[in-house]
This record gives sequence, C-alpha cells and structure tokens, in this order.
Amino acid sequence: METLRMETRDLTVYYGKKAGVRGVSLPIYDRKITALIGPSGCGKTTYLRALNRMHDLNPIVRIEGQVLLDGEGVYASGMDPVVIRRRVGMVFQRPTPFPTMSIFENVVAGLKLVGVRDRDRLMGVAERSLKAAALWDEVKDRLHEPAVGLSGGQQQRISIARALAVEPEVLLMDEPTSALDPISTQAIEDLLARLKEQVTIVIVTHNMQQAARVSDYTAFFLNGDMIEFGPTEKIFTNPADERTEAYITGRFG
Amino acid sequence: MNLRRRYLRDRLMVGLVYLGTSVVLLPLLLIIGYVFVKGVGALNWDFFTKPPAPPGEGGGGMLPAIVGTFIIDLMALAMGGLLGLGGGVLMAEYPEHPLNRPLRMVANVLGGIPAILMGLFAFVVVVLPMGGFSAFSGSVALAILMIPIIMRSTEEVLKLLPWELREAGLALGLPRWRVTLSLILPAAKGGIVTGLLLALARAAGEAAPLLFTAFGNQFLSFDPLGPMDSLPLKIYVYAISPYEDWIQQAWGAALLLALMLMLTNFIARRAMRRR
Repeated sequence: METLRMETRDLTVYYGKKAGVRGVSLPIYDRKITALIGPSGCGKTTYLRALNRMHDLNPIVRIEGQVLLDGEGVYASGMDPVVIRRRVGMVFQRPTPFPTMSIFENVVAGLKLVGVRDRDRLMGVAERSLKAAALWDEVKDRLHEPAVGLSGGQQQRISIARALAVEPEVLLMDEPTSALDPISTQAIEDLLARLKEQVTIVIVTHNMQQAARVSDYTAFFLNGDMIEFGPTEKIFTNPADERTEAYITGRFG
Repeated sequence: MNLRRRYLRDRLMVGLVYLGTSVVLLPLLLIIGYVFVKGVGALNWDFFTKPPAPPGEGGGGMLPAIVGTFIIDLMALAMGGLLGLGGGVLMAEYPEHPLNRPLRMVANVLGGIPAILMGLFAFVVVVLPMGGFSAFSGSVALAILMIPIIMRSTEEVLKLLPWELREAGLALGLPRWRVTLSLILPAAKGGIVTGLLLALARAAGEAAPLLFTAFGNQFLSFDPLGPMDSLPLKIYVYAISPYEDWIQQAWGAALLLALMLMLTNFIARRAMRRR
C-alpha cells in the first residue's frame, strides 16, 4: 500500500571528524508526511539537509551511506545536485523572500531564472502555487509589490509557494513554523494536510504536538542516532523505546 | 546621593568627545578652506574651456586635464571594477575555491603597495611593450590601485547578506552562478556601487601612478593610446614650477579636484544610505 519515494541506508554525516548523524536508515513514503523530532542538536536538520545535498557547499561535511530518490543514488557519481534540488525542494526555518523581487517574481523565481519567459504560463504557475500555499486571496491584488512587505507568516507561505512552483516530488521543511505566531502556524499546518495529496513531505519540528497533529510517520532522533521510526500514532501512544517515551512525555529535551 | 556628580562626570566626558572630534575635524576644514581661498580666484570660464597657456602669458585653462581625468579614471574604473568585482564575488560566494587564499594574499599585498610602484609596474608591463606613454597605461596603474579596495568592499557587502538567501535559491534547483547573478548581486547592488565609487575617488586623487604612464599633455587629447593630461598631474607639475600664474592655476586645479572627489564621496554615501 505505501510506496517508497526516498530512502536512506546507513546514512552518516560527518562534520570534520564528528558525526552529526550516525547510520540512519529510514524510509520516506510517497505522499505522506514524515516528521523528524528530537531535542536540539540531535541531528534532525543535518539529516534533512543531506536529502537534497544542501551540505555540498560545506567543505568540512562528508557523507557516507546511501540516499535514494526513486531508487537512484542522490550522491551517485554523475548525479547533478541542481537536478536533485529541483526534485527535492526545501523550506527553511526563517522565511527567505528574495529581497529585490515582487511577490509574483518570488513565486516564479525557480522557473523564470532558468529561462521560462512565457508570461501566461508564469502567471498560471504563480496562481496555482499561491493557491496551494493558501496565500492567493491575500495577495492576488498586489502581486507586483515587494515580497518583503508581507508579514512573517505570509513570507513563509511565499517561500512554500516558491518551492511548490517548480513542482518538486519531495518537499523538505526545516521547522517551518518555529518563527511564526500561532495563527500563521495554524494556516501552514492546514496547508500541509492538503499538500500531501500532491507531494511527499519531510518536516523537522521541535513541536511534538505539531508532529502528532500533521504527520503520518515519525522518526525520533537523539544525539545523532535515529532511535525509533513508525506510524505517528504508534510513536505517540505506544513507543517501543523508553527514550522515545521519555521525550514525548516531556521528561527531557 | 552623588547623582549630581555622575551627571557632572557625564557632561565632562561628552565635552571631551566634542573636543576630540573638533581636533580631528580641524585639519580637514583647514585644508579645504585654504585650498578654497587660494584656488577660487583661478576658477573662471577660461579655466574650464581653454588649453594651458605658456608660463608668464597668463590665461589658459585646464580643459585637457579635466577631460583626461574623466577618460583615464573611467577606463580605470571599467578595468579595476570588473576584476575587483570578480575577486570579491569569488571570495564571498565561493569560499571553498582553492584560488581564494592566494587571491586574498595578493589583495592584501596589493593594498599595501605605494601608489608610485603601481605606476612603475604599468610602465614596465604596458608603456615599454607598447613603446610610449599612454592614457591606457595610466588607467592600468589606477585600476591596480582600485582592485584591492573593490575586492574588499564587494566581499564585505556580499557577506552581509544572510547565507539562507543563497540556500533558498539553491533549494529551488538553481545553479550556483545563477543564484549569485540573479539573487545575490541585485540584493547587494547599493553597497557594491558605493564600493566602486569610493575606490574611484581614492584613485582619482593620485598623481604618482600617472607620472610615467599617462605622462601629461599640453593639448586636448581623446586618444587612449597617446599621452594624456590629468588634474593630479597638472597640480604636481604646476605647483613645483617657478611661475606665479601656473602656481595660481595649480591651486584652482586642486580646488576642482577636491570638489569632484567630495561630490563622488557624497554620492557614494547617499547610495549606501538609500539601500
């Protein structure tokens, strides 16, 4: 019933000599939401960034093990990181609107900057992406105003719309609501439930309630190790590992 | 309590700060004021529109030097700007690139070399092979002077942009050069232009690198491959001459140059603030 979209096998990420993530094997199921939880510094963001080769720019990072996307090695030789990132998009903790661009230009940046000029097509993509990010009604009358004029929650939804515009297969989200107020957080959580009909989502979150509310699967990380993975309901009601239980019941972290 | 004493001490310290500021400002104001008083009498219509007159004859102007200053400095800005920008972008955007360490060292060394050696360098690599003094060789000397300044200012303004901005672009599947060109450089435009203008102002005041490159010319010239005049050169030549009218014109040229540089600086600061 579940099909695999991505998978890591024995993935280890070194920062210099120190391993930030050790030997993590994890399935990422198609059109499901997988939440990565764990205390600060446990390696969940490090793991997430390994999935679309965001560590490539950091010369001290070394990666061992395998990351597979539709069965192909993400780090295989000859695999272009630009192609990988086009298929595996990312939304960051802080909203990152491009400061010199309008709302419209921000959303279509991923297409326009690789040479798509067709105005009608771009407008269609912008409308579809902004609707998918639940922002269309709020910005449709000011698409050509600067994106930096929007509120933090709106800016984060611009970042999501921008990531969706290039139609990725997988969307990685690194604590996408941690800088937002409760109402904006609510808007983005509602959005996730609808988005997973089209796209596979992996979300890192500090907020266990959030993981419990939105995700289908949950992986618990601790000190660079992946302690436990399973259906979210099972992790939160009947965890197999006592450290998982200690964390979700708030005894540490 | 001794609140009164603390207020007194505060006022004393503020007074000392004002005193220190004025001590620093005084020489600047004296220089500008002196140049203004001495030079303003030389500025007239002929000064801006006529070529120089022989000594003792009176009259004549700075037209060749004014035109030459613009030509030499703009050519220098084109060359130095391109290379300096390239170096600054490499240092800020490709910190892992193997060329970075040598490049940074070259920039540091270059920044510490006296301006006259830049002229000597241009003399050896441009004037000698090309067989004569030229505006172009002067521009090369000034460009080398500008490069480390532009590299450093470019690197600094680029590093002010959050790293997340680059990652956001990369995460869209944009190649790195595209992120730099279309996201990073436009966002840093104001600061980059400011750096270019400050480097231009710094180089435009130099006479030493031009002495045996652009060399100077009594006649109006637009030929970049021939000798050309320039305001700093004219100031140098006229100021050490024994002729009263030439010395008077040197003061005028100094005033004009100072005004041009202050204007460039002013525009640069404005551009920076608007960012």
